[in-house]
Amino acid sequence: MSEAAAKPTLAVWKFSSCDGCQLSILDLEEELLDIVGAVEIAYFPEMTRAVVKGPYDVSLVEGSVTTPEEAERIAEIRENSKILITLGACAVAGGIQALRNFDGADAHAWVPTVYAHPEYISTLSTSTAISDHIDIQGSVQGCPPNKYHLLELIGSLVWGRTPNLPTHSQCLDCKVKGNVCVLVAHGTPCLGPVTRAGCGSVCPSYHRGCYGCHGPAETPNMDALTTRWRSLGVAEDDIVRGRRMFYAWDPGFVGPGEEHHKQPAAETTRGQGSI
Amino acid sequence: MSTVMDVQAVYTLIDSLKSDGYEVVGPRLRDKALGYVAGTNGSDLPAGLGDDQSPGNYRTRDRGDGALFGFRSSPQSWRRWIFPPNAEVWSARRDNDSFVVDTSAPDSMKVAVIGARACDVAALTIQDKVFLDGQFQDPAYKARRENLLIVAVNCSLDADSNTCFCASMGTGPRVQAGHDIALTEIIEGDKHYFVADAQTDEGSRILEGISGAPAGTDEVAAADSAISNVADSMGRKVDADGLPELMNESYESPRWTVVGERCLSCTSCTMVCPTCFCTNIEDSGDLNGVATRTRSWDSCFTLRHSHIHGGAIRNTNKARYRQWAIHKMGTWQEQFGTSGCVGCGRCITWCPSGIDITEEVTAIREEA
Repeated sequence: MSEAAAKPTLAVWKFSSCDGCQLSILDLEEELLDIVGAVEIAYFPEMTRAVVKGPYDVSLVEGSVTTPEEAERIAEIRENSKILITLGACAVAGGIQALRNFDGADAHAWVPTVYAHPEYISTLSTSTAISDHIDIQGSVQGCPPNKYHLLELIGSLVWGRTPNLPTHSQCLDCKVKGNVCVLVAHGTPCLGPVTRAGCGSVCPSYHRGCYGCHGPAETPNMDALTTRWRSLGVAEDDIVRGRRMFYAWDPGFVGPGEEHHKQPAAETTRGQGSI
Repeated sequence: MSTVMDVQAVYTLIDSLKSDGYEVVGPRLRDKALGYVAGTNGSDLPAGLGDDQSPGNYRTRDRGDGALFGFRSSPQSWRRWIFPPNAEVWSARRDNDSFVVDTSAPDSMKVAVIGARACDVAALTIQDKVFLDGQFQDPAYKARRENLLIVAVNCSLDADSNTCFCASMGTGPRVQAGHDIALTEIIEGDKHYFVADAQTDEGSRILEGISGAPAGTDEVAAADSAISNVADSMGRKVDADGLPELMNESYESPRWTVVGERCLSCTSCTMVCPTCFCTNIEDSGDLNGVATRTRSWDSCFTLRHSHIHGGAIRNTNKARYRQWAIHKMGTWQEQFGTSGCVGCGRCITWCPSGIDITEEVTAIREEA
C-alpha cells in the first residue's frame, strides 16, 4: 500500500434499510481523511457523487433483500466484488422488517394499508439476509454497527489481517465497564447474556435491559434466558416481543420450542454469486 | 496490639491515606449495589446499607444500624485496580524502513483498598501466584501490587451469609494474610466501634496517626466472637475434602449435562471471580501504520479461549462450564498449589441463570 495507485477500491451498497449503517461510516468524522487516504471510495452515494466503475476490491452491503429487484441486484454486486462484507442487522439477519417472515404476517396484505398507490409496490413476502442470496466473506454486526468496528474492518482489509470483532456475550463487556448487572440487581429483563458485545454496553450503562441490537452472541442459550425472564414475571407475549427486534429472524434469537423460518427458498438466488 | 476506633476515626483513616498519596478505593452505593469505587471519602461509605443475595439475585437493603461495612461480597472484586480489564502491552510505529516499539512504564499509582474482605485478600494472594511466582513475572502487575495498601474488614455483622461460603474454603471470614490493616466492625446496642490491627509496618505507621484507644479484652473478645459467629452460621459450603480428586474424576458425570443446559456462557461468573486471570491478547493496526498489542480480560466461556488450529475445542456450554469448574475446584491445586475458589459467592449471585457452584459440587459428590 505504498503507492497511491495501489489503493483498494471500496463500494458501499444500500438495500432495504434505514441508512444507519452508512451513517456509521460517515460518523467516523475524525478518521474519514485517514480512510480516504487508505482506500479509494469508488461507489458510496451517501458520501460522494463521484462514481468509479467496477469491479471493486471491497463491497460493503447494508440492508436486506425485500424486493425482486434487490434479489437480482445483489447477485450483480457479488459478481463485481472481490470481497463482500455485510453491515448491520438488516444485511446480516433481515432486520426488523423480517417480522413479515413470521407466521401470520402477510406483507402483501399490508401494502394497501400503507401506500396510497399499492400498484407501484413490488415486494417479496420475506425480508432476508444478504447471505441467504449470495456468498459473503464476513459481517459486521449491529443496529447500527459500532463505527469503530467499521474502522477496524477497513484497517484489517487494508493491511490484510483478520479484523478484531467481538463474538462473545454482552455480559463480558458490562463487567469490563464495571456495570452492575441490571438483570441480577434490578430484576430488569435483559438480552445481554445471549447478545453479542460491541455496542459499548449502552443500554445497561443507563439501567436499561439490553435489547439485542448486536444480534446473538457466538453460542446463545435462549432457552435458559427465557427461563430466567419467566422467573422475573415477564409475560409470554413480552418475551416473544423482546427477542423479535432487529435480529428477529436470526436463528440465534429463536425461542424455546419455536418453529423458525418458513424458508424463502423459492425466492432466493443463493449460490449464483462468485468470489 | 489492637486498638479501638470509632466511626469518625475510620473517616480520618481515609483522609490520612489520601494525604499520603493513595488513591482510595472503597465501597459505595452505585447503580443500586454496594461496590468498590475509586476516589472514596468517608462520607461515601454506605452507612446503614446492606444487601440480600441469592442465586441470580442481588438487592440492597436498609440495615437500620449505621454499619459502614454491613455488606457481603460486592458485585465485582477490586482486582481491576491490580489487574486492569484492558491494558496496552506495547505499540509499534513505522519509522522509514524499520519500526519503533513503544512500551509505557508500569503504572506507579498508589492504591489503598478500604473494606477489602478476607475472600478478596485471599484471592489476591492467589493471583500473586499466577502473575508473580511463575517462571515469568508480570511487571505491570508487580508495580501495582507493590503500591497496594489493603485495609481489610473482617466479616462480623451478618450471620446469614447468603451466597458466601468462605469458611468452607478456608479463606475467611477473618482475613488471614496479605493485608496491612484489619478492622472488625462491632455494633452492640448504642455502641459502634472498630477493632483495628496492623499487619505490616506501613499499616502500623498509618494507624499510629489515627486516634484510638488500646483495645480491652472485652472488645477483642467481642470481635472474635462476632467473626466466629459468622463462620459458624455460614449456610453454604463446599466439602473441600478430596475436592481436587473428586473434580478430576468427574469428567463423565451426567451433572455437567444438566448444568450445561442452564449455563448461558455469558462469562459473568469468570468476570466477577476474584481469582480468574485469563486474558486475550489482541494485535490491531490503525490506518496510519501504528500497531498496538492490548491485553484484555477474557473468559474460558468464550469460543476463542479454546480456539486452536481448526476451531474451538470446547463448543458447548457443558464443556465450558465443566472446564471452568474442574479448573477452579480441582486442577488449580495442581497448577498453583491452592484452590482457585475463595468462596466469595459472586459466581452464584451474578449468574443470570442462578447456577450455584456449591450445589453443583455437592451433586457431583453425591453421584461419584
